[in-house]
Amino acid sequence: MSDLQLQHDIEQFLYRQAELLDTKQWQAWTELFTADGIYWMPPDASYKTWDGQPAIFAEDRNLMAVRMGRVLHPDAWSQRPLWGTNHVVSNVVIRKAAKNGDVEVTSRFHMMELRRDDVRHFAGQYTHHLVKAKKGYAIRLQRVDMTNAQAAYDYVLQVWV
Amino acid sequence: MKTNHKPNFRKMVEPDRVRKEVYTDEEIFRHEMERIHETVWIYCGHESQVKNAGDYVTVQIGRQPMIMVRGKDRKINVLYNRCPHRGNMICGDMKGNTGDQFRCSYHAWTFHHDGRLKNIPMMESGYKGTRLTKDSPELCMKRAARVEAYRGFVFASLAKDGPTLKEFLGEAIVAFDDMCDRAPEGEVEIVPNCFRVIQHSNWKLFMENQIDALHPSVTHQSTGRAAHEVEKQLAKKAKSGEAPLSYHMLSAFATVTIDKWDNFQTINYPYGHCILTGYMGLRPQDPDTLAYDKVMIKAYGRKRFEEIVGVNIHHVLVYPGLSVQSPLQQLRAVRPLGVDRTLTEIWHFRLKGAPEAIYRRSLAYYNLVNSPATLINADDLENFWKCHTGLSSDGGDWVSFARHHGRDIENKGVVSSAPNMGTSEAPMRNQMKAWAKYMSGAAQEGSR
Ligand code: FES
Ligand SMILES: [Fe+2]
Repeated sequence: MSDLQLQHDIEQFLYRQAELLDTKQWQAWTELFTADGIYWMPPDASYKTWDGQPAIFAEDRNLMAVRMGRVLHPDAWSQRPLWGTNHVVSNVVIRKAAKNGDVEVTSRFHMMELRRDDVRHFAGQYTHHLVKAKKGYAIRLQRVDMTNAQAAYDYVLQVWV
Repeated sequence: MKTNHKPNFRKMVEPDRVRKEVYTDEEIFRHEMERIHETVWIYCGHESQVKNAGDYVTVQIGRQPMIMVRGKDRKINVLYNRCPHRGNMICGDMKGNTGDQFRCSYHAWTFHHDGRLKNIPMMESGYKGTRLTKDSPELCMKRAARVEAYRGFVFASLAKDGPTLKEFLGEAIVAFDDMCDRAPEGEVEIVPNCFRVIQHSNWKLFMENQIDALHPSVTHQSTGRAAHEVEKQLAKKAKSGEAPLSYHMLSAFATVTIDKWDNFQTINYPYGHCILTGYMGLRPQDPDTLAYDKVMIKAYGRKRFEEIVGVNIHHVLVYPGLSVQSPLQQLRAVRPLGVDRTLTEIWHFRLKGAPEAIYRRSLAYYNLVNSPATLINADDLENFWKCHTGLSSDGGDWVSFARHHGRDIENKGVVSSAPNMGTSEAPMRNQMKAWAKYMSGAAQEGSR
């Protein structure tokens, strides 16, 4: 496969990931992950592993199911108001492409969030460890390093960024 | 700043209800900062945050920006973050090491770690014949009036007089004893990460909610239910027949239904402090717990060990600004930013000498419940905002704390909820009683 083709496939995958979040297709989004896949947002870019450390998110598929169950529950009071996000993903750089098809890729994202009448912005770097799946790719690790990770949170993050 | 006109605070607090302005009025907020937060003992930080000489963290006490710094003599100082020259803040960062002195970024005055002036550039020629000499006290960074630590937890009071830290904490001191005693080495160490979350409400709504036994199964139902579903599936699949404890920590918010909360108890103390007894059943018999028990028995002997792990606490509230979950080694410090904005700083501690698995267990709670992506507090913060907005309206004048009023058990100034009345609004009544005392100047006549 040419580099260009690989670049294209990976970019399309990353766009799809963001689109599933923005369109609230939570189940389809969690299914992007391998059975042992992890979604991780460290509080600080210096962290090397999600394991055994403070984390804003460090979720396997089971915890993702809890979060999804919460936001879909009719009594998730804080989810009731108008709420939506818009991701833009760019600066996609393939860091490693292994012979077996596994890929390590970084990109930059910008997420605008609307909640009630309040707008917030979150931005930073994605690092994806992707494995070749039957159809396209699956996420073994999605690391989200937010530029505003250490800043005080005005309200909280309810869903994955 | 002293305000001349003083609202009648006593009239705003009745035994079972409180005027809404107590939460929403800017002037009352200013009085609170002066009479409460800038007078009583406020938590600054833990000694392990400033291990080396020159290590500092900045912290807000009431409206005052402060610095907690370790001196070369190992003593911890708490100083106003203000240069005595023209008022520049000395530390612009939240933490760091300042070397062997503070140096102002404006005109290079330097100070010792205890705030004493070290040097002014060209002092001799510049100040000869003026009112200032090298030992003028007004050339020093101002110090907090009083600083005391208990088992590594550092507090400061900006008032010269008043109860000692121990007198102030009273029975609530168990927050720190319970946390430290659970460490085989009898000490805790801070995990160097602070989660900071802002809520759009008055600070008192946070303090009331922390020991509000009536709300968890309502407010947190969605997460509790969702976690319970996953917990059941995982338990079915697990060899031990049990899901990891972290799922129980979440599901308990829904499975402990509203009627069961009456079985718990709140004990309310002078100065507004409160203890909520435990409910999560944190003494399981899994291999990790048994390994921990062994280390503890070795350190303390069986009798003392049983006493330590038998302490039945879920939450200790140190009024007005600290919420401690000692069995889970977490602490939330409340920093009022304005009448309708409140910052909480959320910390986790490591039990020195305990196995890694025990640290990880409470870490799970820290991440799931207390991180900025919290599965629990998201709904609390939503309530806080809605409460504050509702209270700002003309839809009513009072906040009601009448639940089980008149049925609490009082003994020498300590008020406990009666048996099977754990949802008594005694903690709120007790906090407001302390509040009214502070605000009318009766609790602590401190001068700055
Ligand atoms: S303001 Fe600090 S040296 Fe002038
Ligand atoms: Fe809550």
